Amino acid sequence: MATQNGNGAAYWAANLRLVAFCLVIWFVVSFLMGILLRPMLKGIMVGGMDLGMWMAQQGSIYVFVVLIFFYAVRMNQLDRKFDVHED
Amino acid sequence: MDLRTMTYLVVGASFALYFGIAIWARAGSTGEFYAAGRGVHPVANGMATAADWMSAASFISMAGLIAFQGYEGAKFLMGWTGGYVLLAMLLAPYLRKFGKFTVPEFIGDRFYSNTARFVGVLCLITISITYVIGQMRGVGVAFSRFLEVPVDVGIYAGMAIVFVYAVLGGMKGITYTQIAQYIVLILAYTIPAIFISMNLTGNPIPQLGLIGNHVSGVPLIQKLNETIQAIGFGAYDGPVRSQLDMFLYTMSLMIGTAGLPHVIIRFFTVPKVADARWSAGWALVFIAILYTTAPAVGAMARLNLTQTLWPNGAQGEAMSIEQRPQWFKNWETTGLLKYEDKNKDGKLEYYNPKGAKAGENELTKIDNDIMVLANPEIAALPNWVIALVAAGGLAAALSTAAGLLLAISSSISHDLIKGMINPNISERAELNAARLSMVFAIGVAAYLGLNPPGFAAQVVALAFGLAASSIFPVLMMGIFSKRINSHGAILGMVTGILTTLVYIFWFKGWFFFPGTEMAKNVPENWFLGISPEAFGAIGALINFTVAYVVSMVTAPPPQHIQDLVESVRIPRGAGAATGH
Repeated sequence: MATQNGNGAAYWAANLRLVAFCLVIWFVVSFLMGILLRPMLKGIMVGGMDLGMWMAQQGSIYVFVVLIFFYAVRMNQLDRKFDVHED
Repeated sequence: MDLRTMTYLVVGASFALYFGIAIWARAGSTGEFYAAGRGVHPVANGMATAADWMSAASFISMAGLIAFQGYEGAKFLMGWTGGYVLLAMLLAPYLRKFGKFTVPEFIGDRFYSNTARFVGVLCLITISITYVIGQMRGVGVAFSRFLEVPVDVGIYAGMAIVFVYAVLGGMKGITYTQIAQYIVLILAYTIPAIFISMNLTGNPIPQLGLIGNHVSGVPLIQKLNETIQAIGFGAYDGPVRSQLDMFLYTMSLMIGTAGLPHVIIRFFTVPKVADARWSAGWALVFIAILYTTAPAVGAMARLNLTQTLWPNGAQGEAMSIEQRPQWFKNWETTGLLKYEDKNKDGKLEYYNPKGAKAGENELTKIDNDIMVLANPEIAALPNWVIALVAAGGLAAALSTAAGLLLAISSSISHDLIKGMINPNISERAELNAARLSMVFAIGVAAYLGLNPPGFAAQVVALAFGLAASSIFPVLMMGIFSKRINSHGAILGMVTGILTTLVYIFWFKGWFFFPGTEMAKNVPENWFLGISPEAFGAIGALINFTVAYVVSMVTAPPPQHIQDLVESVRIPRGAGAATGH
C-alpha cells in the first residue's frame, strides 16, 4: 500500500500546505475583510456598497466557491503526482 | 384562474413528481438505503446537498432576518456557506474514503470505543430532532397560508409525503427527490427576486441590483438608509454592536455547518474521494445562487415595504388604513402583520418601535418571514409566481426534513441496533430495521411538530452549538491527528458539549424551561459580550484543547488505528469500500 511508504507522507504534507493556503484566503475574505477590517475599508466602494459589507454579503461566498474548485483541481493533480489516485 | 386553484395545481404537480421519483427509486439493500449505492454523480449530489441543506429557515426566514439586521445579517450568509470550505477540505473526502454509513460509526471506529460512538449518536439525535421540528413547522405554516388548511393538517400531509419516499427509497429515494426539490425551490426563490430587482433598480440580476442605483438615481443602499432613518431606524449598512460576537457567531455557524450529520452523510453517496471534493464545490454553487440572492431580496423587500407604508415619504402622509393593499389584508389574517390605529386618524404610521421616537408606531407586528412570503404579492406578480413560492417553501422544508430523518433513522438502525445491540443482524433484517426506524423517526418528528417543545426555536443555538462543539472537532482530530486517543476524544466531546450547553441554558433557561434562566439574555450579561448562539466556537476550542491535553498524557492509539488514519488520508481504494 502507498500508505506505508514515503509517498504517503509526502502526499499528506503537500495536502496540508494546500489546505493551509486555502484556509488563509477563506479567513481573510470573510473574517478579516467582512468583519474585523471593515471599518478600515470604509472608503472603498463596490457600486453602492462599501467593500467590507459587500465581501460579507456577496464577495466571500464567490471566493468560497472558487476556493473549493481550486482545491479539488490541485488535489487531483497531487493524487496523480504521488500516485495515490483512484482507478 | 384564481390563486387558490392555481396553488393547489402547482403544489399538487410538485408532489406528483416526488411520488413518481419515490416509486422509481426504491432501495433494495442497506447500501442503497443508507448511501444510495454510492452511485450518485457529483453534480447531482451537489444539487441534492443544496436542497438537503437549504431549509425552511433559509427559504422563508433568512432574507427577512437580513432585511431587519442589515449588514450584520451577513453572519448567516458567510456562516452557512463558509462551512462548505471546511467540509470540502477537512472532512468530506476522508469520511468518504472511510466508506461507512454514519457519522457516529466513524467516531466509534477511529476512537475504538462504543462510548465515543454512543456520545456521537446522542449529539446526532439532539441536533437532528431540534432541526427537524422547525421543518415540520415550516411545512405546516406553508400549507396553512397557501392552501388555507390548519397547520396540523399541513404537518400530517407533509409527513405522509416524506413517508412514501423516505421509507421506500431511503437515501436513494431522498437523493432524487431532493434534486427535483432543489429545482422547484430555486425557481421559486429567484423568479420573484428578478421581478423585484427590475422594479426597484431596473437591473434583472438581484446581485447587481443590490449594489446598483435605485430607479430614483441614488444607490439602492443609500436610498434604503434614507428611507428607514427617516422613521427612526439605524442605517442599513451601520456598524455592529460587537465585532467579536459577529466573528464568533459566524465561526460557530461555519464549523457547525461542517459538523451537521445530515449534510456529511450526503457525501457518502458519491463513487470516489475525488467526487466528494467536486461535489462540495457543486453544492456550494447551487447554495450560493440562493445565498447571494437573499441579501438583495432582504434590502429590496424592506425598501418596498417601507415605501408602501409611507407612499409620500416620512414627511408626507402615511398609508391610509382603508386603502391598504390586498396583500396586507391577506397577511393580517395569518397574524404575521398587525396594526393599531393609536391616534385614530385612519392612517397607519410606521416608526421604529424601539428607536429614538420619530413618532408613535402603529405597525404593532411585522414578522420577518413576510419579506419572502409576501414578496410576490407586494410586487404585484402573477398568481403562478405566488403559487410557485408556496411549492418552493414546501420543497425546502420537505427536502431538509427527509435528510434529517435519514440521519436519525440510520443512526438508530446502524449505530444502535447493528453496532451495539445485535451485531449479527442479517442484511435483510437490517434493511427492515432501517425502514422501521424511519417510520419511528417520522412519528416522533410529527408529534414534536404538532406539540413543539421549548427547544424547537433554538435551532441556531442548540443544533449548531452542538455540531460545532462536539462533532466537527472530533471528526477533524480523528483525521488530522494520529495521536488523539479515545480518552481524549470522549473527554473533549463531553467538555465541549457541556460548556456550550451550560452557557446556552444559563441565558435561555435550563432545558429551555421559561423562568429557569440564571441571568437575563442581554449583551451586558454575556461573557465578553458573546451571545449564546455564538458560543459554539468557544465550545469547539475547549473540545480541541481538552482532547489534545488528555491524549498527550495517556497512551497513543493502537497501531491498527494509526494505520486506519493513514488509509483514510489516501484516496486510492475508496471504490473497494463501497461493498460494505
